[in-house]
Amino acid sequence: MQRKRTLAQQDMLVGFALILPSFLIILGISLQPILTTLYLSLFEVPRGINLQQTFVGLGNYISLLSEPIFWATIGRTLYFTVISVGIELVLGLAIAQLIHAHPPGWQFLRTSLIIPWAVPTIVNGTMWRWIYNADYGALNGLLLQLGLIDKYIPWLTRPDIAMNLVILADIWHSVPFIALILQAALATLPADLEEAASVDGATALQYFWLIRLPLLRPAILVALIIRTVEAFRAFDIIYVITNGGPANGTVTISFLTYLEMFSFGHAGRGSALSFLISIFTLALAFIYIRMLYRPEEKL
Amino acid sequence: MKKKLRVVLLSILVLLALLFVYVPVAWLVISSVSSRSELLSTPIHWIPQQPTLQNYINILSPSQGTSEVAKTFRITLWNSLMVASSVTVIALVFGSLAAYALIRLRFPFRQTLLIGILGTRMIPEISLVIPLYLFATRFGLFNSPIILVITYLSFALPFAIWLMAAFFESIPVELEDAARIDGCNRLETLWRIIMPISAPGLVSTGLFVFLTAWDEFFFALILTSTVSAKTVPVAIAEFTGRYVVDVGGMMTGGVLAAIPPVLLSLIFQRYIVSGLTAGAVKG
Repeated sequence: MQRKRTLAQQDMLVGFALILPSFLIILGISLQPILTTLYLSLFEVPRGINLQQTFVGLGNYISLLSEPIFWATIGRTLYFTVISVGIELVLGLAIAQLIHAHPPGWQFLRTSLIIPWAVPTIVNGTMWRWIYNADYGALNGLLLQLGLIDKYIPWLTRPDIAMNLVILADIWHSVPFIALILQAALATLPADLEEAASVDGATALQYFWLIRLPLLRPAILVALIIRTVEAFRAFDIIYVITNGGPANGTVTISFLTYLEMFSFGHAGRGSALSFLISIFTLALAFIYIRMLYRPEEKL
Repeated sequence: MKKKLRVVLLSILVLLALLFVYVPVAWLVISSVSSRSELLSTPIHWIPQQPTLQNYINILSPSQGTSEVAKTFRITLWNSLMVASSVTVIALVFGSLAAYALIRLRFPFRQTLLIGILGTRMIPEISLVIPLYLFATRFGLFNSPIILVITYLSFALPFAIWLMAAFFESIPVELEDAARIDGCNRLETLWRIIMPISAPGLVSTGLFVFLTAWDEFFFALILTSTVSAKTVPVAIAEFTGRYVVDVGGMMTGGVLAAIPPVLLSLIFQRYIVSGLTAGAVKG
């Protein structure tokens, strides 16, 4: 018997003891459930979930992948993701640069950006739904007074328009997030860089494309991946603004999963769908973690 | 001259950005202090002629005439506060201990565990909800705030570990070595040296966890059914679902639900920016 354990042994014991509670919690509420979901996705599960389940193997996946409704949903999800994240990146980068140029009021703008980001998603959605209201909404009121429309338009009853309006609400919420990340990254760039570039005869545009953008690349990547994952699985904002309508025009993959699970009573198919979302997200997460844990690429 | 023009141009852009931020919020607040007849008037009343706090009174001290949703809203605010605070405390305690071990101590599978824990943070709620729903019904926790605290930990805990790990990494090892030489063991070092200088990290992490929990909608939608556990986001979503939409009440609920996270974020704004940079995300 050793009276005093070596440092390494002590470290190991303490380490396991410190991790154990978190490990057990994560095991119980994340790992076990995700494996159960994977298991359920291989069954046809009737309403009530616990009743007789029929093993169908990859049947749920195969039938999903062969249905036009699935691909239409994927199309809408990609549209939502690409358009909203694309616009958010461009606007976020623009605002970050604006702040970085330190015009009058830049500090107030930076502080103000926190507000849309901090407003809860459901409140954000509710607010925009009211703005888009067909009979009394501010959007109709404004456009009518500006003479751009001659009568009120029921915006959310047109599938193409409804999707873009949900995107607009998402943009309002998320542009500040990207702008804040990127302006923080800009602030860490060496200040004499621009001077040196202009001495060397670089135009502002060349400076932006050849120096600033490459240096911002890690921050942009982080922001992009976070936002892509979020947008791909967007649910709350769609639930509140359109509830998937009109005519399924805003049903994205998370919303379809929700419908399969809780409206159509297809727990098996729903689980399969949710597992597909997980796979996509984890793939992105993997890239994200690899990036974050490469110290020289840190912000 | 050219410089002046530049300043004018940039100022216009700042103004546009500020309009983008404030116009929707202003409309939210204006709608919350407008009477029902003014809200439903055409042409639209941009500035209410008779601003009223009636909507706020209905929610904060409900009387007989107020709608059911407005009556119960106060209770859901309380539920949200309790759930979000509990999640924050639990995630901070267990998360910072685990993060410290993962960053500073040498033991087998450390790297695997770290990656694995961070990976679980990316699992979408919808992939967990059916098993968690079954768990809730089996143990009589359906429609109880406890199930929300438990399920919220599924994202809050990995999230807290992630943020605290980034923070611990930035503390110089030398500091601990000095304490070790002075005869402190690991736990004493953690308690006496690391925790005190980790206050900023704990504040920042706690803030993000609280905001995320306050924001959460999906689990609350599926796992609660009555006012005894419903949270604010669910209550607000219900305003829209009702037969007669109480727009004023809905907007007032929105303002009240937004005040805590907005105030906290503004007060602690320097933590927000540094936290965002460390990879913190609120849903």
